[in-house]
Amino acid sequence: MNNFKYLILGVVFGLALTKGEAVSWFRIQEMFHFESFHMYGFFMTAVPLAALSLFFIRKMSIRSIDGEPIVIPSKAYHHGVIIGGLIFGFGWALTGACPGPLYAQIGGGYLVTLVTFLSALSGTWVYARFKYSFPD
Amino acid sequence: MEILSKPWPWYVAGPIIGLTVPALLLLGNKRLGVSSTLRQICAAAIPGKISFLNYDWKKDQWNLFFVGGILIGGFIGGTLFPNPDPVHITENTARILREQGLTDLSGLLPQELFNWKALFSLKGFLLMVVGGFMVGFGTRYARGCTSGHGITGLAALQWPSLLATVSFFAGGIFVSHFVLPLILSL
Repeated sequence: MNNFKYLILGVVFGLALTKGEAVSWFRIQEMFHFESFHMYGFFMTAVPLAALSLFFIRKMSIRSIDGEPIVIPSKAYHHGVIIGGLIFGFGWALTGACPGPLYAQIGGGYLVTLVTFLSALSGTWVYARFKYSFPD
Repeated sequence: MEILSKPWPWYVAGPIIGLTVPALLLLGNKRLGVSSTLRQICAAAIPGKISFLNYDWKKDQWNLFFVGGILIGGFIGGTLFPNPDPVHITENTARILREQGLTDLSGLLPQELFNWKALFSLKGFLLMVVGGFMVGFGTRYARGCTSGHGITGLAALQWPSLLATVSFFAGGIFVSHFVLPLILSL
């Protein structure tokens, strides 16, 4: 039951992604062509607001409701950030979906995107299988 | 119910996405990041003898509830209360897409490209199967996606996440400008 709160947060998140049209293939092409402010406005409100919250959480040493100290582990640089990042970008432009929207597109009634999702799973699996053959 | 069928402007949807970061931290000390659920599902379903998939995925099962919620959110916003009008992209975007051969700009995805029959054409295979593969492969290789790097990482002012986000966009801009027109002309 403890996990129920994450389900609710997910519903809100998925609803905002869908109604904000971040799950729209058309919006993603528009973004990559710099034709509209919409998606940039999306990021430019989401990121600073998240950053501001993190700033206050740190500054005031706010703990989680379970009393745990909140720490954000730093993400170290590795070459995958660039190589993997580019590969993901290629896929993002083709499918119009990053991982969050993958789930939302299925729920949105575009059942064929189940195939996109299963392909994404197989991509993750293949990466895992051959992880040590790729430059890190 | 109009609020559910109408699209939300970026200054409503964006802040909700941003506030998910502190909400997850305060309610459970969890960090927003969606692509790791792909690894979890692989670990739960077909871990084999792959060390990267043999870990305690149940420890992070909260995230599976979170993406289950995203699916339900998509169902409410896209299936129960779909926007009756086409996505309001700019004239110029519509012109670019029409020039590339699209005729139907309604819905969230172009249905002439994303349908079961198209799956068996080279065009559909490249868009859905190859595209999806690259999303799953690339995000794990980069150890994060638009949420983990692009929102959480950037908000925490981590420069590797900035590099990742720039790479996401560089890859997307390249494919959208130079590769997608070729695929659509197949």
